Amino acid sequence: MTALAHDPRDRGGLQQPMLIARDLRKHFPVKGSGGKSVKAVDDVSFTVGKGETLGVVGESGCGKSTLARLMLHLVKPDAGELVFDGDPVALDPGIAVDALRRQVQMVFQDSYSSLNPRMPVRDSVAFGPFVQGKGKNEARHIARDMLGKVGLDPDAFGPRYPHELSGGQKQRVNIARALATGPRMVILDEPVSALDKSIEAQVLNLLRALKRQFNLTYVFISHDLNVVQYLSDRVLVMYLGRVVELGPIDAIFEQPLHPYTRALLASRPSMDPAHRIAQPPITGDPPNPIDPPSGCRFRTRCPFAERVCEMTDPALGPWQGRQSHTAACHMHNPGSGHSLAASG
Amino acid sequence: MALAEVHGLTVRFVTREATVHAVNGVSFQVQPGEVLCILGESGSGKSVTLRALMRLLPPRLTRIEGEVRIEGRDVLAMPSRDLRDLRGGLVAMIFQEPMTALDPVYTVGQQIGETVRRHTGCDRQAARKRALELLELVRIPSAERRLDAYPHELSGGLRQRAMIAMALSCKPRLLLADEPTTALDATVQVQVLILLRRLQRELGMGMIFVTHDLGVAAEIADTVAVMYAGRIVESGPVAQILSAPAHPYTAGLLASTVHGQSRDRDIDAISGSPPDMRRLPQGCSFAPRCTRRMAECRLVIPEPRFPAPGHMAACHAVADGFPATQVANTSTVSGLRATISAR
Repeated sequence: MTALAHDPRDRGGLQQPMLIARDLRKHFPVKGSGGKSVKAVDDVSFTVGKGETLGVVGESGCGKSTLARLMLHLVKPDAGELVFDGDPVALDPGIAVDALRRQVQMVFQDSYSSLNPRMPVRDSVAFGPFVQGKGKNEARHIARDMLGKVGLDPDAFGPRYPHELSGGQKQRVNIARALATGPRMVILDEPVSALDKSIEAQVLNLLRALKRQFNLTYVFISHDLNVVQYLSDRVLVMYLGRVVELGPIDAIFEQPLHPYTRALLASRPSMDPAHRIAQPPITGDPPNPIDPPSGCRFRTRCPFAERVCEMTDPALGPWQGRQSHTAACHMHNPGSGHSLAASG
Repeated sequence: MALAEVHGLTVRFVTREATVHAVNGVSFQVQPGEVLCILGESGSGKSVTLRALMRLLPPRLTRIEGEVRIEGRDVLAMPSRDLRDLRGGLVAMIFQEPMTALDPVYTVGQQIGETVRRHTGCDRQAARKRALELLELVRIPSAERRLDAYPHELSGGLRQRAMIAMALSCKPRLLLADEPTTALDATVQVQVLILLRRLQRELGMGMIFVTHDLGVAAEIADTVAVMYAGRIVESGPVAQILSAPAHPYTAGLLASTVHGQSRDRDIDAISGSPPDMRRLPQGCSFAPRCTRRMAECRLVIPEPRFPAPGHMAACHAVADGFPATQVANTSTVSGLRATISAR
């Protein structure tokens, strides 16, 4: 975690988390299903410390993108609470949603569809500062400056339209657009997943440099564990709308607690033809989030599943002796009744 | 005889506005039972090469030159009737997106059965029986029930298994796979890779596997051919390519793949971006991004060189340790040919 320089907008000091999420919930109703819903995010709680990068990992359909949108109120939570630097979001007293978005910005995975195809990219970058009250000229000036900061020559690239740029260049424009309003926190939703490896490395380096330069706090969402490991200070692992594990990066990668996290880690290609993966770490696909399994949602694929896993939903610690690193698994809760709980 | 032989393959897409030079003189061989991974980034020509092997490119817009032989048969000169027997019979393909490659209005069983009946001429009942066998072969649980499922009723992993079943339905000698695991989740990807590896070995098929992912290549390949801007820039045994890459592009790709790097340092990224395939630079296409660039790189397209037996790199900066003796009697060799002669 890097220390932050003082920001005049800072309210609670460095010890106060930038963002607190408590029991966030979003269910999307499914038409014609008789009242069923996709349980995209189900009672998710976490904090994001000032100056840190929180990685969010999980497979498709686990709710990580919905979680990103909830943090900006791009979708409204059904239940739960968001607190930004001490202020409850969208409550009175608290911080209004538009004020929140001055301080929190987002970079999306699809770099093309997140830019206006009819606008030169410099106007797209200038648009944010302009609608937030800067004058036209000042907004343009900010746009030029930001394009330069993300490594694009403003004279060569500014006048171009999105379709005239490569994927990596478009994603740089998106990062410039997000930073143009001077946010304190940026939510990066799979920002490099659509890019080629050689370009991915360039953009990751850029994100690291910008974080230092602008004293940013990141939430970095990805399905690629290697990228998350490289960039994050702490990691949140999601499975079917639930947090299954949360902890410091080294602890998660060296001593994963949850069987799902272990399976995710073991599913990474070895990069060594002499040590290929012989057996799949787990079988099957993630179940449908419309009708998730009872109790622990991972139990249908878990090699350690017992009756208690079917009956009771495991709580996400913290368990004794592990304050910062927790997992929602009965094996790690001494009183749960799981046969391996005592040793876990 | 090699199972598949490609010589000087060139593919151009010609439209009124521009000509895209997608593949520029690619040569390689695949032996029966060998897995060749074509590794490259988007636009490198890897999928176009694969499609040219089955002549799946739109004929009106495409100019194909060179030679493609599968079990000795000249694919590029083949009349379209023979082509229909070849596709799905001798050669079959698995695509990246099973949802778009499968027909949404037919059940999985009907689609597999249709392929079986087209190639063997058997009746519906026998085709259905064969389809069931195939679903069991690719380890789809409760296969009997899944036979009557539509593609949208299956999960991503099961859909890809169903497509593999369809590709294997007529016991192809050569399986072409175009990024078959890219759209899948990590825990599902590894299951499909292990399945493909097992089936390939059990059925003794040759396989050409196109991917952008070095890790996937490490899991499945015997030999690797790295493509950049429509050319094979390096090829050889997978262990050699991953542990001692000779071409600066391959080395750069390995260095920029995030895999347990120190968190305190920047990743060694390749600077710049791939060339415009409508206007390729003279000389080596990688020269503008290359850290080992010399004057001649900008002028002359590098000839294949052999830093080790069976290991080819098309780069002026690579020392040619094993000259033409390792190479059979042709000028447009790939390292694969040398691999084979070295075995």
